[in-house]
Amino acid sequence: MLYLGPERADHNQPQHSSADWQQYYQQQAAIVKHPLLQQFYATGMVAASTPISQVPLVAIDFETTGLNADNNGIVSIGLVPFNLQRIFSSQARQWLLKPRFALSDDSVTVHRITHSEISSAPDLSAVLPELLPLLAGKVAVVHYRQIERDFLSASVKVRLGESILLPVIDTMELEARLHRAKPLSWWDKLRKRRQVSIRLDASRSRYQLPPYRPHHAVTDALASAELLQAQISHRFSPDTPVSELWC
Amino acid sequence: MEIEQIEILEFLKRHSPFQELPAEQLQQVALSIDIGYFKAGSDILRFNEPLHALHLIRSGAVETFRRNGDLYNRLSEGGIFAEQGLLRGGKVRFPATALEDTLIYFIPDQVFQQLFDENEFFADYVQVGDSERRKTSKASNQARADLLGATVATLLSREPVSIGSDANVWQAAQLMTEQNVSSLLILGPDQQLAGIITDKDIRSRLVAPGLTSETAVSDIMSADPVTIEQQQYIFEAMMLMLRYNLHHLPVLKQQQAVGVIAISDIIRFESQNSLYVVSRIFRQQTVADLQALVPDVHACFVRMVNEDANSQMIGSAMAAIGRSFKQRLLELAEAELGPPPVPYCFLALGSMARDEQLVLTDQDNALVLDNRFDAKLHDSYFKQLATFVSDGLAACGYTYCTGKVMATNKEWRQPLNIWQQYFQSWIEQPTAERLLQSSIFFDIDGVWGQTQWAEQLQKLVSNLARKKPLFLASMTRNALSRTPPLGFFKDFVMEQDGKQNNVLNIKRRGTAPFVDLIRVHALAIGSTESNSFSRLQQLIDAKVLPKGRAEDLRDAFEVIAMTRIRHQAAALRSGEQPDNNVLPEQLSEFERKHLKEAFQVLSNAQKFLKFHFKA
Repeated sequence: MLYLGPERADHNQPQHSSADWQQYYQQQAAIVKHPLLQQFYATGMVAASTPISQVPLVAIDFETTGLNADNNGIVSIGLVPFNLQRIFSSQARQWLLKPRFALSDDSVTVHRITHSEISSAPDLSAVLPELLPLLAGKVAVVHYRQIERDFLSASVKVRLGESILLPVIDTMELEARLHRAKPLSWWDKLRKRRQVSIRLDASRSRYQLPPYRPHHAVTDALASAELLQAQISHRFSPDTPVSELWC
Repeated sequence: MEIEQIEILEFLKRHSPFQELPAEQLQQVALSIDIGYFKAGSDILRFNEPLHALHLIRSGAVETFRRNGDLYNRLSEGGIFAEQGLLRGGKVRFPATALEDTLIYFIPDQVFQQLFDENEFFADYVQVGDSERRKTSKASNQARADLLGATVATLLSREPVSIGSDANVWQAAQLMTEQNVSSLLILGPDQQLAGIITDKDIRSRLVAPGLTSETAVSDIMSADPVTIEQQQYIFEAMMLMLRYNLHHLPVLKQQQAVGVIAISDIIRFESQNSLYVVSRIFRQQTVADLQALVPDVHACFVRMVNEDANSQMIGSAMAAIGRSFKQRLLELAEAELGPPPVPYCFLALGSMARDEQLVLTDQDNALVLDNRFDAKLHDSYFKQLATFVSDGLAACGYTYCTGKVMATNKEWRQPLNIWQQYFQSWIEQPTAERLLQSSIFFDIDGVWGQTQWAEQLQKLVSNLARKKPLFLASMTRNALSRTPPLGFFKDFVMEQDGKQNNVLNIKRRGTAPFVDLIRVHALAIGSTESNSFSRLQQLIDAKVLPKGRAEDLRDAFEVIAMTRIRHQAAALRSGEQPDNNVLPEQLSEFERKHLKEAFQVLSNAQKFLKFHFKA
């Protein structure tokens, strides 16, 4: 996951979604032209009322050349399938990619992927036939959904001519619901009270999850998968409908 | 692209038994792991559920339980569980609950079985209750010194020099000079070894008493000498020489003498060993001289530990050194006070009598006097003798016995018939309170003087004790007064009731209850042995314990004894005062694991003892 700079306070509003992703997938399957996307949507999606314990999940993380999906590209993708009982880290996947935009030196210092490493890496288009089936039928789990959603959609649109949208559970948003529900009062500000951090590592530590080295795609994906299991077991229930979590 | 599970791999590299795996295998394990999060208080494993993975705690803490709900273990980061279930039918044997919020790494059964089959260290680490495995683990240090690994045969450089028993001493001396040897084997008419004479024998048994050189060698030889077989280990020769204070030891091969080893052979082979220390003890003229040898004693102890000697070798070498100190002090005392008014026997009690002495030890001793002893006439002599020895021992690092079990105490300085009454009364009118103080007297060894009296007392005990269920029950109650802990949790000692302590007194909670337990069983079969390992061997021969239990006890005792020994050696190496207080963080994961199993064996054995003697 990408370094976000100073804490962004744009999560004051909890963003519940009552979207019916099952219906959306059915519609898209009929509309899209590209066979990869047809296949993707045809796999279907669970109903909004499905308990989270029954939902197949996949944690994903992108390392990118920058924040804005319009002029930055994906350098690496990490992916870990899981469910509420088990994180299948043994089936984790990771790809290094050659981005369409130059790798800035700043981003190199963040994710430690160097120019020479990606010079021989494939373009995303070569990876999509493998990647999309691994996402099909599953709800994606990320920490800060903007990055993964924007970059996936933009990158796929460039390659396949059509964009892609999938349901996402954002572990950062789940933390924001708890810690950003109310803005700080003037009294809190007066006392220089700081907002509780909802970054991945800080969030994990509240559930006694161990610190991991950040900015390694598959490790970050794993970290969000563990975080979601912890969040569900502390704050929700296995019977919580997925609609209360996804957006 | 090849996936890297950096965090999983790095974690495995920090914990046994994974960090010991070859890099390639470790990588394979890292890629096979699945993960799960468990909130504090939630069940991780339920009894008899099918089991598919070894559980490794990535973070948090877990408690495992017996079927009856008793706490079995408490584990923290790096701890593994469910291995017993995987090894025995793939069902959960010990249910597990998350004590804190916990992240578990699941290592698939198939990978676990492969590691178990292919990697000996891994198998040792996870194996529970298998005595064979425990034994091999002790030998993990491959760097066994030659002294400990080599046989007596390697010391033999020449054919033995021998002469018939009908020869006279002049002929013998001629031959010894000609062959340039300091000892000569004496063969009987059947060519079997009949005795041995040494330079010293000729000096002290022929020249000094003024006998003629025509005296037959058989008149001055040491008949039926202690011998050793050539395939025995050098350390065994060393132990024999220490035990009997011998300078020459004939070596046999199928009953035939094939050579002689001298103390100098062994000292040359390994300088600074316990034999060398013993021989120096006997050359010292004052208590201050003896005191100056203490650093050598400590160096010798540390050296044996470094050379991976086992607890039996170390315990008997240290006991031999302690015994030599006593003997030399008694020689010096007699030189100062004059010859004793009546014969006496100086007794060693406790660890020295059991050949299980370490560097940190009390002096437990007593005096058995001739029945003609008259306190008015003789006691001031023996009181002075006892005080001389006791003060001398204290100067040499053998601290005064806190329980006052010393010959300086009048109660323990009595004629043989009183001692016999003591033992009779302990055995026939036992109470746990009386025996608490006197259990030390059931490990006795005659060190000096009329040592046959010590044997007489041992025989008395052996004949009486086994027929007295009340006595055995009282001894059992005492033996059960000290229990082992459950194991370790983080940096704490984990007690059976879930309490946590900072330190483990390895003697009080480990070796001492073990010794007590073995003693009760040994008394019940009329054993006259004092050494715990010898007692266990008799228990094995007598088949009084369920099959394999005595062997388990032996291995578990060794694990605990060696932990204590290594702890004391480490203190000596860093210039500190050795003690029995082991801090859990000083133990390796491997040691913790094996100690826990050894405690388990002890705990089970205590339950059996309680049931067996109806205490």
